[in-house]
Amino acid sequence: MNDIVIQTEAITKTYVSGTNEVQAVRGIDLTVRKGEFVAIMGASGSGKSTLMNLLGCLDSPTSGSYELDAVRTEGLEKNELAAIRNQKIGFVFQGFNLLPRTTAIENVELPLLYDRSGKKRDTRALATAALERVGLADRLEHQPSELSGGQQQRVAIARALVTEPALVLADEPTGNLDTRTSMEVMKLFQELNEQGITIVLVTHEPDIAAYAKRIVEVRDGKIRLDHEVINRRNAAVDLQEAA
Amino acid sequence: MKTKTLLKVATQSIQKNKLRATLTMLGIIIGVAAVIVMVAVGYGARSRIKDQINNLGTNMIVITPGAQNTSGVSQGAQAFANLKLDDIDKIRRESQYVSAISPVVVSRSQVLGPQGNWRTTINGVDPDFQTIRNWETQSGTFFSEDDVRAGRTVAVIGQTVANQLFSDSDPVGQTLQIGKVPFTVMGELTSKGQTASGSDSDDVILVPYTTATTRLSGRQFIPQILASTSSEQDIPAAQNEIKSILEESHKITDGNDDFTVRNQTDLAQAATSSTQVMTLLMASIASISLLVGGIGIMNIMLVSVTERTREIGIRLAIGARGGDVLTQFLVEALVMGIAGGLAGLMFGVAGAKLVGHFTGWETVVSPLIMLISIGFSGAVGVFFGYYPARKAAALNPIQALRYE
Repeated sequence: MNDIVIQTEAITKTYVSGTNEVQAVRGIDLTVRKGEFVAIMGASGSGKSTLMNLLGCLDSPTSGSYELDAVRTEGLEKNELAAIRNQKIGFVFQGFNLLPRTTAIENVELPLLYDRSGKKRDTRALATAALERVGLADRLEHQPSELSGGQQQRVAIARALVTEPALVLADEPTGNLDTRTSMEVMKLFQELNEQGITIVLVTHEPDIAAYAKRIVEVRDGKIRLDHEVINRRNAAVDLQEAA
Repeated sequence: MKTKTLLKVATQSIQKNKLRATLTMLGIIIGVAAVIVMVAVGYGARSRIKDQINNLGTNMIVITPGAQNTSGVSQGAQAFANLKLDDIDKIRRESQYVSAISPVVVSRSQVLGPQGNWRTTINGVDPDFQTIRNWETQSGTFFSEDDVRAGRTVAVIGQTVANQLFSDSDPVGQTLQIGKVPFTVMGELTSKGQTASGSDSDDVILVPYTTATTRLSGRQFIPQILASTSSEQDIPAAQNEIKSILEESHKITDGNDDFTVRNQTDLAQAATSSTQVMTLLMASIASISLLVGGIGIMNIMLVSVTERTREIGIRLAIGARGGDVLTQFLVEALVMGIAGGLAGLMFGVAGAKLVGHFTGWETVVSPLIMLISIGFSGAVGVFFGYYPARKAAALNPIQALRYE
């Protein structure tokens, strides 16, 4: 059985602004298997954000091939990319990016409403289950403004999980959180990973990357280092020690 | 996305910005209300004019002596005694379409009654006059064919005359004196109020035309003949018939008639079409407000798209298609348009009722107008919402997500 979730071959991305050409990604080969927990690290300007946009099918590579969960994505139409984002990827952003003045359950339900695969599902029940999974069963009808930062990020994670995607893509998920809340969120990610969910985490903080199983370091649009995490941190233990 | 979900998303985002949405809809509300009031008032004015014209008589045809040229000098209308009682008899005998015909022999005279004296118009007419003018007696009866043949001195009086000569007592059976001739009052007519030209319809005494020509004016001259048909459709045919009968009896072959035949429909149509033009004009001015309302919607939607760039980015990132975003904003504009239309409809109907109350006109808002105005305001919403919605749908998810 093919358990490869991400497979890129020599993908590049070149931005043209005026007469300037900027090569943000210069040929990256990356393979991520099912159940992996990968941290993509790099300084700002290293090309990690562009790589993340490419992996998230928010953008198309200039050249190279990208296969996500056994689907080739290059040359797909905008609407086809939208469908892939909807069904195969769960996004978690730095700024939470929840819809304001919309309850937690409605936010989590949202990706299911855009699903065009025609599956008949009880979207309410699925959204409730996803929120229970992140420990927010008692916050279903709360609006983002009534939730703490950590809770908001949990809602965002529930929204990413509700479609049962092949890949959870988290872009600096702890960037707006304090140390303790960051640990809580990382604990949740580690738990989800234990349950078999593939996670790709983009971060520039080595402390956060240490919670992943594998680190990919990007510099100048290329992979410089790709290694297993030695001395992997356990968020549950760290939380206990901090308490 | 399901239609229900779409409507929910649209109404939610309108509810989240109640004040702004209300201000946006204000243009549409005013526009629709104005259109509805204008159309209702226009309808009221039209039916009012129609009533006034019908008041003159139903399906009435008026025959008057025409202008005559004597050696190139026109003597103007009604200068000659061209119409004779023989003409009336001939039309009555030969015409198929004319159902009632009466001469009107007009004179003015001082009238004396038990309670006072009064100067008024004496019209010598046939009993058919009652049918032609559609004029009932409120007490007593109209004089008969027999009274006409015998030339009896009987009279039917209008309300104004009754009030002047008999005050509060019932005039029927009493006597009044026209000039020096005593007349017995047979009936009192119902009130017809003012004529279209503003004179008092009820200031009149009707007597048999035979009596009028022999005992009052002493002339055979007939200034006017009134005729009517049993249905409106017959009027043109009856007019042609009267024309040819009179041409024959007046021995006119060159088409240079010495009489004129007119009908009330012409008058009614002219009046109706002029109010129609007015209504149209007012309604089109009012619809400019709808246009302005539409531009208001576009304006707010553009602001809204910019303000909600991040929301659009989130939706696109989690799998909304451009089409989904487009539909969402279009439905929002549509809902605002229709909601504005509904509110405008309510204000419009209330306004029309108010105008009707103060003018006494019958203002009617037809269901068709309601449907059209709601449909139109929805269309305005979609039309002016399309550009902002397209702008939203075309956003790049990466940039939209980064938008602060």
